[in-house]
Amino acid sequence: MSKIMEWVDARLPVTALLKSQATEYPTPKNLNYWWNFGSLALFVLIIMIASGLFLAMHYKADANQSFDVVEHIMRDVHFGWLLRYLHANGASFFFVVVYIHILRGMYYGSYRKPREILWWFGVTLFLIMMGTAFMGYVLPWGQMSYWGAAVITNLMSAIPLIGEDLVVWIWGGFAVGDPTLNRFFALHFLLPLVIFGLAILHLWALHAVHSNNPVGIDLDEEKDCIPFHPYYTIKDLYGMGVFLIVFCAVVFFVPNLFLEPDNYIPANPMQTPAHIVPEWYFLPFYAILRSIDFLGPFSKLAGVVAMIGAIAILFILPFLDRSPVRCFRYRPLSRQLFWIFVVDCFLLGWVGYNPADAVTLDGALPLTVVGRTGTAIYFGYFVLLWVITAFDIEKHSPVPKSI
Amino acid sequence: MVTESEEGRRDFLLLATSAVGAAGVAGAAWPFIKSWSPSSDVLSQATTEVDISSLAEGQMITVPWQGKPVFVVHRTVTQIELARKDDTKSLPDPAKDADRVKRPEFLVLLALCPHLGCVPQPIGTGNYGGFLCPCHGSHYDTSGRIRQGPSPRNLQVPYYEFKDEKTLVIGKATV
Repeated sequence: MSKIMEWVDARLPVTALLKSQATEYPTPKNLNYWWNFGSLALFVLIIMIASGLFLAMHYKADANQSFDVVEHIMRDVHFGWLLRYLHANGASFFFVVVYIHILRGMYYGSYRKPREILWWFGVTLFLIMMGTAFMGYVLPWGQMSYWGAAVITNLMSAIPLIGEDLVVWIWGGFAVGDPTLNRFFALHFLLPLVIFGLAILHLWALHAVHSNNPVGIDLDEEKDCIPFHPYYTIKDLYGMGVFLIVFCAVVFFVPNLFLEPDNYIPANPMQTPAHIVPEWYFLPFYAILRSIDFLGPFSKLAGVVAMIGAIAILFILPFLDRSPVRCFRYRPLSRQLFWIFVVDCFLLGWVGYNPADAVTLDGALPLTVVGRTGTAIYFGYFVLLWVITAFDIEKHSPVPKSI
Repeated sequence: MVTESEEGRRDFLLLATSAVGAAGVAGAAWPFIKSWSPSSDVLSQATTEVDISSLAEGQMITVPWQGKPVFVVHRTVTQIELARKDDTKSLPDPAKDADRVKRPEFLVLLALCPHLGCVPQPIGTGNYGGFLCPCHGSHYDTSGRIRQGPSPRNLQVPYYEFKDEKTLVIGKATV
């Protein structure tokens, strides 16, 4: 064995790479369980690519066949139901894992210098992941698939001058139809590989600057770090075990938990379901989109800009936060803002789930008002974080010199 | 040793090569981009013929045109009067009923809400006697004009003509 590895290493330094980047890669000794979600995201990505590849072997992208072929996978293909439920629920769990991963980065200041490029790769991954999830949801060609695609692609028509033509170009017709379904399938196949490639760049950027840690200070590699293997391989495996218990519980016992019943009705371009809801992971952004409804003819464009801005603002987060301290543990004001932000995301999700016009809170509070407030709080987080750090309003508590 | 004039020459060559390369890539990308536009067979389905002889007063049908739903409404006298009466009201997207129909009894509308493309419910479901979009609560009157809700515009009237007394042709053949 060692002879073979010697032969290989003389031509490609595999052993040296594994040693420096995996087994002996220096990792902070104080990482807590919130640091499990990065490797968990990679684990879910592998589940998604594997189940997706085998689903693609049975799937047909055709407006007349796709709905039936998904039911064929469910009923006739051996373990087809398992592949599909793994894939459909895997998407939801992917977002759970990634949202926790992002919030961990926001709380412990992992986006701060020198990790800006690492953070940008992450935000880009998140954006592509949203696009991939959206196009995947169109493939079963049910009512929610169709009308979700119709509403989201119609957002493009808000772009001045070129909007209408752009939408026709994306559709490949005059409405969402067979050409749209086909190109979405092709892109849904391609993008996960792009995500995989970007994840490698994300890891490269991580290994160039090394992990942040719960204290948020720069560490001494000799004193404060331990080799990744076996300490974090075993911890990550443990996290995967816990994840799999929850994931399998949903896949095997409540597989339709995250799915809309209306998507078991074949797509009908002539009739819109009474209540369209996006997948839960888009709800906060959907609520932001709908909450800009007070600008008359500019509402539509402004709503789209606000929705895109809600994600784009993450790109400049490293420059908004001017505090000398990374970790929010030692930043009382930032910490309070952070938790308000987290609660606000849930609030916006709830707003997005309910019909825009009808629901009121005990009849007294129109939902649009809640939506607008939630949107203001969402953007307010980023503005206030800048204000309290740029103007030295926040007084941080003592930060430990070492761990 | 590279002289100054040689350096300038090399800079120029590098720039020129890059420019030609970029133009070539842009040109080569065009067929790929254009392949997403509606194909010839999609364009050839640009018109839909509808037999309206059996459409009684007060009835409404939904017909597919270019994959999109189109409402053809045989309006009642009351509905026509209501639409004309509201011509003078202050409307978000002002339009006269007479300009939105070729024959007052037949209202032809693209049944896609200009807000985000949902299909409104049939005539009589909304306030103002017209159409209600269920997605985000836009109300259209008996002429398909926006009266209330988030939609910025009236329901669009597609191009159509009456081929004869009983045949309606929606759309224009495109090349």
